[in-house]
Amino acid sequence: MSEIKVIDAINNALAIGLEKNPDLILLGEDIGKQGGVFRTTSGLQAKYGEERVVDTPLSEQGIMGASVGLSINGHLPVPELQFDGFIWPGFDQIINHITRFRTRTRGRYTTPMVIRVPFGGGIHALEHHSESMESIFSHIPGINVVIPSDPYSAKGLLLDCLESKDPVIFLEPKKIYRAIKQEVPQEHYKIDSKKARVLREGNDLTIISYGACMYDTKKALPEFLKEYPIDFELIDLVSLSPIDYDTILNSAKKTGRVVIINEENPNCGLASELSATISEKCIKYLKAPVKRVTGFDVIIPLLKTEDHYLPTKTRIIEGLKEVINYK
Amino acid sequence: MQINYDIFLMYIITNMEKVFYTHDPRVNSVFKVLDKEGNIINNIKHELTDTELLDLYKWMIRINSADKKIINLQRQGFMGTYPSVQGQEACQVAASFILGKKDFLVPTFRETGMMWAKGVPLKKLMLYWMGNENGSKHPLDTEVLPICIPVGSHLPHAQGIGWSQRLKKQEEITLCSFSDGATSEGDFHAALNFAAVFKSRTIFFCQNNEFAISTKTEQQTKSKTIAEKAFAYGMQGIKVDGNDVLALIIALKEAKEMAKKNIPTLVEAKTYRLSDHTTTDNAKLYREELEVKEKLEEEPISRFEKYLISLNILDQEKIEKIKEEAKQEVETISKEALAEKDPELTEMFDYLLEETYPELESQKQALLKEYSNQ
Repeated sequence: MSEIKVIDAINNALAIGLEKNPDLILLGEDIGKQGGVFRTTSGLQAKYGEERVVDTPLSEQGIMGASVGLSINGHLPVPELQFDGFIWPGFDQIINHITRFRTRTRGRYTTPMVIRVPFGGGIHALEHHSESMESIFSHIPGINVVIPSDPYSAKGLLLDCLESKDPVIFLEPKKIYRAIKQEVPQEHYKIDSKKARVLREGNDLTIISYGACMYDTKKALPEFLKEYPIDFELIDLVSLSPIDYDTILNSAKKTGRVVIINEENPNCGLASELSATISEKCIKYLKAPVKRVTGFDVIIPLLKTEDHYLPTKTRIIEGLKEVINYK
Repeated sequence: MQINYDIFLMYIITNMEKVFYTHDPRVNSVFKVLDKEGNIINNIKHELTDTELLDLYKWMIRINSADKKIINLQRQGFMGTYPSVQGQEACQVAASFILGKKDFLVPTFRETGMMWAKGVPLKKLMLYWMGNENGSKHPLDTEVLPICIPVGSHLPHAQGIGWSQRLKKQEEITLCSFSDGATSEGDFHAALNFAAVFKSRTIFFCQNNEFAISTKTEQQTKSKTIAEKAFAYGMQGIKVDGNDVLALIIALKEAKEMAKKNIPTLVEAKTYRLSDHTTTDNAKLYREELEVKEKLEEEPISRFEKYLISLNILDQEKIEKIKEEAKQEVETISKEALAEKDPELTEMFDYLLEETYPELESQKQALLKEYSNQ
């Protein structure tokens, strides 16, 4: 065990993947010598060579399209798309091809791959570098969407995804790439990438979050708990598609009060989907309306006001209070 | 192989480091072997045996016959919308002719003939156009991807497969077929650029049939040829008569040799879409009947037929027999396709992912329940 950051955990998982699976190939912009703009692939090209850790031309549609072909011929591509805001030229390949080959050919051709994308705000980056678009991917049938929330889950989930026979979008919360250090085993281990993680069991209130918002939620909790010393249940959603409704609905039935915290635009978002399903399936158990604490339905602002868009400590605490006080 | 390089608008590349052009790539000349009357021009040798020549002809007839039958079935309500390959039979057979079973074909949507000749049973192809996904569950003894409908978006797949083939040190190569419209898509640029950079074992085979639905090639690009676009990517480009099956085979074989050396090629085959875009289209809205009449004279089957008659491989009697046999064969296959049962309702769920999940299973059960109550 050693204390490492999310960035190291991902690097570590990719190195294990490259070691274990000779067909695994990393491709993306600047992932070689530079190690990627966030340095997630640091040192991997030096160790595994330019044919396995590949600097590609600057084209997201080229990267995603190439990944389809590589996958069909038996490689396991792990494309990195540099930023969430740049994914869209490659989105056509995801929605029209990567998600569809298995259904279209009745399993004759499949396209397993793990698409890595740093996502979300909070690092005061440029425009098009801070988007939280996970619902758009979760909306598409035929691909799994996975988000880690700390170093331990980053490594274990990524290693699990690297063995998936289905395509996966692995969204890396860039705000916490270096924010958290955690004890992580050095060897290979897996965390079920289809299962939500119950980080704390409790009976009074269910709090659901994921990614960087889980970090913000944990930071806001002590202040809230000082005023409301309740027995809360904290769930890391992990898998946005498919959603682990067993865990979610059981918790909602148990506590009767649910708050969902993410940084998306709320309209048609993941939090809305969770809220709708919880309301539909657990209405008899609910003691309060399901609360969504999210971003706003606006373009995420530039760095001067960015932090006001993201769910602030105040908004998180207000959301928790609203639900716990509901009579 | 004897090639008259004066008319072969091709820039021989011995290797990627030593590129030399014998011609200005912007000269719009086309490599031909047969003239309109079916005579060999400039004594070009093609190295094909009589059996192979006859086989090529039979395939062109079969494809033409299947195409007409499918349109007929569509008109009767048995098929969905269908894009005809009439006028492009030479391209269809030539591409499949040069490919081995384990070479990959990455087709666009107007490729019924090419896919059939590459080893996908015609029944499967018919099932697909009837609306049954099992039609795209291609046999395991050949490598043919399902058709691609979003124009040009399959070019990067062919690039990726050709790249993978090089990395895995495989013998095989990949051919990607598309039409002139696809060259305007960003995918064309991404694919050719990546292919050159990553030395993909890929042939990009553009059947320039002059139309993208109603839009003429001149409206797609100001390049004089599509082949010349290859040079911008550091790749070789060949322009060939797409209605001349012998010229096509020579050009595509040359491209295949290059692919085996990890050098991708763009081959532009100049042809003409004699049909409407699809069965929902009416080409009379945007092109003159006279133009089609003129183009019929350059049509690939009759030209090749004349050549085979001159070699005494064919005569009228044999031609009639081949056509009748093709008609019967297609008739039998279409009966089998029509008799095929519909896909199971559960299939739309069962093939989505390798690993299903509870929500999907309950949606499936809900559909089954709805169906069983009817």
